[in-house]
Order: sequence, then C-alpha cells, then structure tokens
Amino acid sequence: MEKENNNKTNDQQEVKKTSAVGRRDVIKTLVTVPVLGAVAYGLVKTRKVSVLNRDISDVFKLSDKSAVFLQPMANGKQIRLGLIGFGIRGKQLMRALGFAEPSYIDTLIEAKKKNPDDTRYDAFLEQDDLNVVITGVCDIFDKYSEAAQLTGSNIHREGTNGKFGQAPKRYKTYQELLAADDVDAVVIAAPDHWHGTISAAAAKAGKHVYCEKPMTWTVPETYMVRQVVKDSGIVFQLGHQGRQTASYQKAEEIISNGLLGNVNLIQVCTNRNNPNGAWVYPIIEGSNPQTIDWKQFEGDPERIKEYNDYMLSNKLDKYMGPDDRSKFSLERFFRWRCWWDYSTGLSGDLLTHEYDAANQIMHLGIPYSATSSGGVYFFKDGRTVPDVLQTTFEWPDRNMTMLYSATLASSRNRGKVFMGHDASMEVADVLSITADRESERYAEKIKQGIIPTDKPFFTYVPGQSKVDAVTSATELYFAQRGLLYTYVNGKRYDTTHLHMREWLECIRQGKTPSCNIDQAFEEAMTAHMGTRAYLEGRTMYWDKDKEEITRG
Amino acid sequence: MENNYSKAQLSWLLVLRIFVGWHFLFEGMVKVLNPNWTAAAYLMDSQGPFRSFFVSMAGNAGLMNSVNFLNEWALVLVGLGLIIGVFSRLSCIGGILLLILYTLSHPALIGAKYAMPFEGSYFIIDKNLVELAALGVLFVFPTAREIGVDRLLVRVLPSGFQKFII
Repeated sequence: MEKENNNKTNDQQEVKKTSAVGRRDVIKTLVTVPVLGAVAYGLVKTRKVSVLNRDISDVFKLSDKSAVFLQPMANGKQIRLGLIGFGIRGKQLMRALGFAEPSYIDTLIEAKKKNPDDTRYDAFLEQDDLNVVITGVCDIFDKYSEAAQLTGSNIHREGTNGKFGQAPKRYKTYQELLAADDVDAVVIAAPDHWHGTISAAAAKAGKHVYCEKPMTWTVPETYMVRQVVKDSGIVFQLGHQGRQTASYQKAEEIISNGLLGNVNLIQVCTNRNNPNGAWVYPIIEGSNPQTIDWKQFEGDPERIKEYNDYMLSNKLDKYMGPDDRSKFSLERFFRWRCWWDYSTGLSGDLLTHEYDAANQIMHLGIPYSATSSGGVYFFKDGRTVPDVLQTTFEWPDRNMTMLYSATLASSRNRGKVFMGHDASMEVADVLSITADRESERYAEKIKQGIIPTDKPFFTYVPGQSKVDAVTSATELYFAQRGLLYTYVNGKRYDTTHLHMREWLECIRQGKTPSCNIDQAFEEAMTAHMGTRAYLEGRTMYWDKDKEEITRG
Repeated sequence: MENNYSKAQLSWLLVLRIFVGWHFLFEGMVKVLNPNWTAAAYLMDSQGPFRSFFVSMAGNAGLMNSVNFLNEWALVLVGLGLIIGVFSRLSCIGGILLLILYTLSHPALIGAKYAMPFEGSYFIIDKNLVELAALGVLFVFPTAREIGVDRLLVRVLPSGFQKFII
C-alpha cells in the first residue's frame, strides 16, 4: 500500500531543480561507482582463468588463415557444357551446376511448405550462377535422356509449371556429343567402366573434363587416360568434392606444423546400413530393352578386353558375370555397382573419397603396398563385389599405415582419424584434436591441467578463427553436434558446387584444379591396388620407378 | 522525492538494481572481451514458435556481426546504467527488451531441450523472466534519482525525461 503511493508520487512528482550540489549529493550520486571496480576485478580474474589459462600458443602454433577457394573472375566467359550420364549422380551434379529437374524443385517447395525449417529450396535458389549453359546431353536410357534435356532447359530454377529455356540437344552416343562444336566441356557421370574411355575421348576431342570418381575401371587405361589428358592440355577435374572441405585445409596445416607429432596410423571408414547405401537402387519404371541401349551399356570393347584379360589370367572368373555381359538385365543396369563387370566396388566408389582426403591432407602419393580382405557378408543378392572390406596401405618411407575399413551393413560412426605420437585428429566438416596422454609435446600443459586428454582440446569450426586456445565446453558441444555450418564469405556452400566451380574457373583462368590428372592417377592406382589385393588374396606392391603394380 | 522510500525499501531496491546491473555488465563484458564470441550457437539452439526466425538469423553471417555487436554492447550499457544509476529507467527498458528476445528464443516449454543447460527445472517462468520482472519493479520504483548519477540528471534535464529515461 505504502509502496503504491510512493510510486504514484514518484511518477507525478515534479522534481525541484536546484543548482546547489552539496557534498552529500556528490556522494549519493557516485556512491555505486566503486561497484564497477569489483566487476572489473572479477573480469580480470575470470579472463585469467578462462582465457589466459587456456592459452596454448607456445606448443600449438597454427595460423588463423581461413580456407581458400578459387574465386570466380568477373566477366568470365560462358562455358557450354555437355552432360554424359543422368543417373543419380548426374542429377546431383546438374543441381550443383544450378540445373534441377522441375519435379525435384516441386518436392523442395512442398517440403518447405510442410516444414519452414527446410531451407533446401532457398539454398538452391541462392546458389551462385556459374555462367554455364547445357548444350548437349547423353544418356543411354531414354527416360533419363529426356529428363536431362528438360533439366538443362530449366534455367530459371522452376517447378513443373515454370518457364523453361531452350532444351539442350540430345545425343544417342557420347561420341556424337563429343563431336559437337557447341560443347566446350563435359561432365561425365556414367558408370565406372566408362569413366576412362569417355574421359580420354573427350580430351582427344579437346573438351575439358569433370569426371566422377574413380578415374578408371582397369589398370591399363589408367596410364592411357593420364597420357591423353596431359597431351591434350585440357582442364581435368576428378569428382572428389571433399577437396573443397574447409577443415581439410586446416588439417593439412596442423599436420605439417607437427601438432600431432609423428602420424603413424590413419583410420578411414565407410559406415552405411541401408539398401540405397549398398547400391540397391530402385528399378525405374519404363525401363526395358527398347528404352535402354544395352549395347552401349556393355562397355568399350578395348576396356572389356583389358578386364577379361586380367580376370582370366589370374583365375578370377568367379568374380566375373555371373550373367553374360550381352544379356539384358535391369538389375545390372540400375545396380551396376554390385558387379565387377562394371564396378570398382567399395575400393573405387568409397575408399577413393577417403584416400583422396588423406592424399590432400598429407600428400601421400601411391602407397608402397596394399593388402585387403572382406567378403559378401550381408547383401547376398547375387553381387560379386564385397559389402565388407578392409584394406591396409603402407608407406614405409613415411613410417605410416592407412587402414580403410568399410561395411555396408552397420552405420556405427567411425570417423576419419589421424593418429600421431602427440595427438589424434578427427576430421569431418569440423575438426577436433585430442591430446595423447603419453604425449611429449603437450606433457607440460597436460600436467598443468590446461590440456585435457579425455576429450578434444582443440576444435576447428570453419569460419571461426580461434586457433590459439583450448576449446571451451560450449564450443566443443556445438561443434560435436554439428550445429555450426561452413560458410564462405557468409554464404553456405555445397562442396560439389564449389568443386565444379573450381573446375570451371580453372578453364576460364587457365589454372590447374585441385583434383587434377596427377591426383586422379594416384587415386585410381591406389584403388586398383586395393581391389587387386582383394581379388587375388595377396599383397600388391607399387614399383615407383616402373610405375607398376607388382606382386610380392 | 527524497525520503519517499523507507530506508529499508531504498536499500533493497538499490541492492536489486546493483545485482541485476552486475549480472548484465558481466555478461556483456565477457562477450566484448572475447573476440571470438558469437550468438550464433545460442540462436541455432532456439526452440518454440520463433525457432526458424532465430535459426535463419544465425545463418546470416553479415547480420550476425550486427547482432553480436548490439547484444554485447546493449548488455554492457544496461549493466552500467543500472550500477551507476544513469538513464536507469531506459536501462530497465533495454534490459527487458533483451530478456524478451532471450525468452522468445529459449522459452521454457514442456519438452523443449536446450544445449545450453539450465541448472533447474522450469515451466514458462525461468530465471530470465524473473530478472525481467525485477527490471519492471526497478522501472516503477526508480532509485537512481536518489542514489546514482540520475540524481544529478533530474536537475539538469527537462522533466519529460523522467517518464522513460531517468
């Protein structure tokens, strides 16, 4: 009651103005100022504990450089693209270029209506215009070819009822597409057994090449493709979009600065557990011998001969077929990754991503040896490629091993880990480093309780520059939950988009892409060594001087 | 206006003002002194009806620079205003606005789980809202005209300032 009255009087009261300021007034005016001193004392103390005591810059030297990506030049020339292969990956690559099937746009719009948090539609609309035009498409399945034409004409990124531009020309064979004058460069997303053949043919025709991984299906063609690409002078990019991952660039710096100590073991994995992940893709309606050009699907006669020669001369016929190559099969057409007759298996499809990341980070080159084991242990659907595979690669000159371990029937998360004497580093979109309790480099800091050993002491989140202090609990929490995204200049980017952009910019600026033909050669040979070790059941070696895979 | 509060009333209101001010100033300064501090993680952790608004805010790096700057310095100014009693009513309003934003981003709803762990169990009313109510009390029972720089300001600024500013 008393308070209410006070309140009213306070509000309504006209305070008397007086110019007389007495000593008592000064005290009453400033009496609370010393409180600021107490706050300041607390701040200084807190900072000492939370920041200065987390300072590890004396043993952990790292620049605050953020990831570098080749930037598009202004007024670059428009590039005319041909697309070869419009299956699952071909569709994804076209989206990364800015061309989506109208039906796909429809699903994104629908998804956004249902869940406003689903921002894929906005992200796609905001994706940079790469200044390309699709002038030719080629797929040996009519339905895919027609869809590719429609997609190439979807220049305004619209749904089914949208306005479309001019449709690209459809070619029945890749040879016809490569002969076209209005094609400057090609994107190859055909099955593995076609990668090398089409890449080489494109290079010979003077077309720049973006080819999906792995670079080749057989060992002999690997040399051939390298030679042809080098002789032609075209810009070649292999489709390992991981090259555009910001944390990989930081990982490279961390290792070259010796912050992990001597790295002696790298563990990389594939952890999948569903039919799609195991390459059991849906059979598309409308597919039949009339709509699929099976003759072309079979492969290039020269490649098939190389494959047959290797398999038969090493008594590996149990891994061939089992169907005759000429026999039409929808399963083999849509799920070709399950058969060596077209596929490079886990080694070419997924190990290569892991190897290429390690090669980017540590510049490993082709390993000294490869040993593999595994089998078809879960997806007993008639496939000849294993669904569980372990491959170990040795680099004795670097004093290290890389273990690749894959299963298509368990999704238990096993990260990409670089293990060193002083610390281990797990690399994904974010990167974290955990000190080894026996570390020498960090021994003093561990003893002082500054660096923990039971959890990461350093976390790199792309876009954040803090590099000289132990990661705080909150930062760690968010990094682990992946709540922080990768941004380039404030915009979120898809790595495939960045990888294709790099290729296009290299064409415009006359530069060499990050996953160039030499990197691709190393990738392909490494994968072939792993595959041969599995098929033959013995260790494969790399003769550096002769550049040959040899047996022990 | 002197002597309108009893000594005990004035003392406890002053204690409340300094405590709330201390809390704001400290929160603000910790962020100002940490060049890597960003509200992005907090905003991405938002729940409730305004979740997508705050999450999209966190996704805009340019906007986040402004958001971070405004949040840090608003906290500091509110804290300073309350502690030394300068523009104390305006400080109360500023503090209330900040707390409303925090509450909209992290409402204490049933089933809402936050990464930033609360140390208690709440339903609708959490500590942010209690502090908001405290600022409401400080707004309607101003003490800085008695103890604080506002004591000087009421003499030199037009009376209109007394409504929302001092």
